[in-house]
Amino acid sequence: MDLVLVNLIDGLVTGLLLFMLSAGLTLIFSMMGVLNFAHASFYMLGAYFAYQISIALGFWMGLLIAPLIVGVIGAGVERYGLRRVHQYGHVPELIFTFGLALLIEELVQFIWGRNQMPYQIPDVLNFTAFAISGNSIPAYKVFMIFISVAIFIGLLYVLTKTRVGMIIQAALSYPRTVEALGHNVPLIFMGVFGVGTALAGVAGVIAGPVLGTFPGMAFVLGSIVFVTIVIGGLGSLWGALVASLLIGWITTFAKSYNIRMEDILNGIGISTPENLSDSMFRDIWAVTSPQIADILPYILMVLILIFRPYGLFGNRDA
Amino acid sequence: MSNPMKENQITTDPSKPAQRMRAGSLRIAALPWVIAGLALLVMPFVFNDNSAITIMNQMAITIIFALAYNMLLGQGGMLSFGHAVYAGVGGFACMHVMASTDFFEMLPLPVLPIFGGLFGMGLAMIVGSFSTRSAGTVFAMISLGVGELIAACSVIIVAFFGGEEGISGDRTYGMPFFGIEFLHQIEVYYLIAFWLMVSALLMYLFSRTPIGRMANAVRDNPERAEFLGYSSRWVRYYSFIFSGFFAGIAGGLFAINYEIVTEENLNTASSGVILLVTFLGGVGFFFGPIIGAIAFTLLQTVLSLQTDLWAFYAGVLFLATVMFFPGGLAGLLMMHVPAIKMGRASKLVVPYITTLIPALIGILGLSALVEMTFHVRHSSVGDEEMTVFWTTFDSHDILPWAVAIGVTVVAFAVMRMMLPTLRAAWADANATKANTSNGGAA
Amino acid sequence: MRKSIKLGLSAALALSVSTAAVFAENVKIAFIDPLSGGFAATGINGLHQFEFAAETLVNAKGGVLDGDMFEILPFDNKISPKESLIQLQVAIDQGARYIVQGNSSGVANALTEAIDKHNRRNPDSQVLFLNYSAVDPALTNEKCNFWHFRFDPHSDMKMAALTDMIAENQDIKKVYIIGQDYSFGKAVADAAVSMLAEKRPDIEVVGNELHPIGKVKDFTPYARKVVSSGADAVITGNWGADMLGLGKSILENGFEGPIFTYYAAADGITAAFGESGVDSLYLVAEGDDNPAPKPETQEYIQAFKAKYPDGNMSQSRITNVIQMLAQAINEAGTATDVVKVASALEGMHFTDSLWSSKDMYMRPEDHQLIQDIHIFGHQPVEAPYDMDNSGYGLKVQYTVENASADIATTCEMKRP
Repeated sequence: MDLVLVNLIDGLVTGLLLFMLSAGLTLIFSMMGVLNFAHASFYMLGAYFAYQISIALGFWMGLLIAPLIVGVIGAGVERYGLRRVHQYGHVPELIFTFGLALLIEELVQFIWGRNQMPYQIPDVLNFTAFAISGNSIPAYKVFMIFISVAIFIGLLYVLTKTRVGMIIQAALSYPRTVEALGHNVPLIFMGVFGVGTALAGVAGVIAGPVLGTFPGMAFVLGSIVFVTIVIGGLGSLWGALVASLLIGWITTFAKSYNIRMEDILNGIGISTPENLSDSMFRDIWAVTSPQIADILPYILMVLILIFRPYGLFGNRDA
Repeated sequence: MSNPMKENQITTDPSKPAQRMRAGSLRIAALPWVIAGLALLVMPFVFNDNSAITIMNQMAITIIFALAYNMLLGQGGMLSFGHAVYAGVGGFACMHVMASTDFFEMLPLPVLPIFGGLFGMGLAMIVGSFSTRSAGTVFAMISLGVGELIAACSVIIVAFFGGEEGISGDRTYGMPFFGIEFLHQIEVYYLIAFWLMVSALLMYLFSRTPIGRMANAVRDNPERAEFLGYSSRWVRYYSFIFSGFFAGIAGGLFAINYEIVTEENLNTASSGVILLVTFLGGVGFFFGPIIGAIAFTLLQTVLSLQTDLWAFYAGVLFLATVMFFPGGLAGLLMMHVPAIKMGRASKLVVPYITTLIPALIGILGLSALVEMTFHVRHSSVGDEEMTVFWTTFDSHDILPWAVAIGVTVVAFAVMRMMLPTLRAAWADANATKANTSNGGAA
Repeated sequence: MRKSIKLGLSAALALSVSTAAVFAENVKIAFIDPLSGGFAATGINGLHQFEFAAETLVNAKGGVLDGDMFEILPFDNKISPKESLIQLQVAIDQGARYIVQGNSSGVANALTEAIDKHNRRNPDSQVLFLNYSAVDPALTNEKCNFWHFRFDPHSDMKMAALTDMIAENQDIKKVYIIGQDYSFGKAVADAAVSMLAEKRPDIEVVGNELHPIGKVKDFTPYARKVVSSGADAVITGNWGADMLGLGKSILENGFEGPIFTYYAAADGITAAFGESGVDSLYLVAEGDDNPAPKPETQEYIQAFKAKYPDGNMSQSRITNVIQMLAQAINEAGTATDVVKVASALEGMHFTDSLWSSKDMYMRPEDHQLIQDIHIFGHQPVEAPYDMDNSGYGLKVQYTVENASADIATTCEMKRP
């Protein structure tokens, strides 16, 4: 049973990391209707910039500066790329971000080469915070939890309690009206895009040392971020949080317990065929939950889209 | 954005003529088809070595697949992130037919792609039954989810998909077709060319049927289509299953050409590639995907022989296309139709030459600079010699850099100087119909 | 639009023709491996080792036959079977008669079948496939053919060596097996289970599982299971980012036993493990100790590192491929009749001048090279014999001589 607690903590870390990416994306998506395929690429840029800065100035300066650079680049992409493409419609916008993701990956390889970067956890955090029956919880994971919770609270505060947040929320639903009231909506778009990508950058900075800093890191995360915001409901920060945690826990628990398809099928009354090794379906019978852990979110998304197209917390059609 | 539901609908922008599937009469002009058929017949005599034929086979397969994809994206306004699945499943079905010796021996090889088509269609019927209920993001995300699921299954369900090694067969075990055993690439080329003509023609005819026409209407305005008494859901469904059929044909031809199908035939990367190919060519015109498939195959297969940075150039090309020519390459070509119709195209020839040649030189200069930077950064120590554009020089020397930078800057400066002339000529050539052009984006 | 094909193809063809004209005398070896994309690091490092070996070991010594030089033609297959087959065709058209490839058994499977068919259908342009790294046992068993030669011990042979070492270590009572969910990962797991049962029936396999390949973002849950199972040792066939992620997670979660691997070195992995991998990571491979005992080998490595400071001399089998091919061409007296070269290559006894002085034997029954296999440990190693310039590298811990020389094969070789 101790393992359950350990898995809860691990799932929380995974989920919160996913949340930092999906929080920015869900704002961008709901505001501009852009499926930003390059969002995970900004996460990768965050990790690489932070690695480069950490060589010269140490980890903490990297944590401070790298997201800012990523945010500025993001805002630049919105201002000089997306805004231009926006007039052509949503498909060109999407292709734009698709091409951008491709280009960023190539650029990263161009500059840093194709190997894993030795981006390490800072020494101050490189110890075991506590252990639960032999399973150690590194201090760095605790640190990751704190950072992401702080970001969530900050974001929630800005969006619901401040004037800027109110304007952003209004611009989400009624951009024309907000513009008519004298607010600079394109500037708001640019700001939201910049902040969203900067959040992805933060995620990259703190995930780089544990999940590896390499040119494929954006692709690995890639579409799972979309899945998260679609499950949570577009434009909903709470939805993004719940979906992120849900995905974090589902995948962690599926990996931790060897649930076998054979047991499930036997459990619901289907008996194992006698000549299993000749059966066309032998591979389905042999499936275990760790094998399919990472595709469970996709199954969940398809089911949700069929039965509840606006997601868990969304209030409008996806 | 007062209506978020409509706003989030992913469609090509119908207000842009370059993106609109052009309406025409039901009669088909026979001439382009005859020319295309003759060209396909003659091609292997022009490029007669095996690698050229292999590349042309790959092109033809990509063309069929891209045309099938455009039945969704261009004609139906449905954005799919998992269309490789239908081509892949078609390919796997054909490979299983090839592997079942007794049956395959009674089957002439040219008939085989039909099995691929039927399997692709069958899968599309199942998936489409729930994914085509709405267009827009819901459709896009379901296609992504289903695509990921089936791609993941391909590694888990080894009995059908063969794991990551895929499954392979031998096309020559089929029943000889008029004495042809399809031992050589050239025989396969003609088989693929035949299917290319047949499927392209059928897909074109489909776009002229009432159902094909309604797909456009549903894409542009589903509500009005409903008022006309058409169920937009069923219209989408039909487009989807026909698209699945032709994707399956492409998959079957893939199986015949390569004699192996693997996980890469269904994964999301392949689905992404076909989206890029179609868009690069232009979703607004029937022949757009054809251009896209040809351009992309050259980029991927021929350019990658020349430089490791091919993917970088491909990325730049896509960004440039989407930013400056959202109608794709086909849209770019079709922009000139009004001028040609008015007989004023000749006015554009000289300004084009004076602008595009410096632009081309500038781009080549820029790519030379990129290659040189790459070489300086990543080549081995002491290896300072490099070759760009058939010129060999020392990449650590100042002179080549000065030349490359100089050429690039001068070329772009000349291009800038010439640009107003081109704009004026463009406006002049399209004087009466300027409103239908794409705003002189050239 | 028709014009664009014409232009592009003519350019490609003109280039291929011009290269053919300039190097008419060369023995062309097509290197088909990923040079762009996620696996490019391994591919490019392999290419450098091939180029360096051909230059230093063959061309600088006067080439083969009457001074014919080896020329390596690089082709980027983007680790895709489809692209590999296209590039194979281009390579053959450019006059390559020898194909080398190593990354991904999936690609190797596609290539070996395509080459078998090509050679049957085009007897005038037959080619040989020299596989330097794809370790799926099937390639020299049920899928073997006359044109394929493997220079790396296959995964069962490597597992036999690993289990020999494990069997001698009486501290190991429980073993956890984890790998990527595809043919290689499964082959490693099956071999480990059956060989452990044979050599040390008292060892308990406390975990045997597969995870999706290249899709796992966080290996912590797997690492938790390894730790809580009470395993004394871990066996994994993981490579690339999956190896690094799994290894780091297991070590971070407090696992202290040995981790036996196939590919936990080079391409950034050694550097990323750094101090944490010392006395924990083990790797099975051919080759020799670091620094190499022989002065000429040290010189060879120094020269390689001077030319490619970021490179790793990570695949010593590459020099075997080049040297054995050169010897076979000289013995056959021709570089163009690949059937003669293949006949010279099969059954060849070869004494390597660099790594080991022992005899290597290309087994004619299945075209599998028989050689010594070592288990290396991740240890501090001085430059330039370290990996990734990290100060850490591989030191021999255990050696099996002429490993698996009599391993059974199901190959039924059909000779032309």
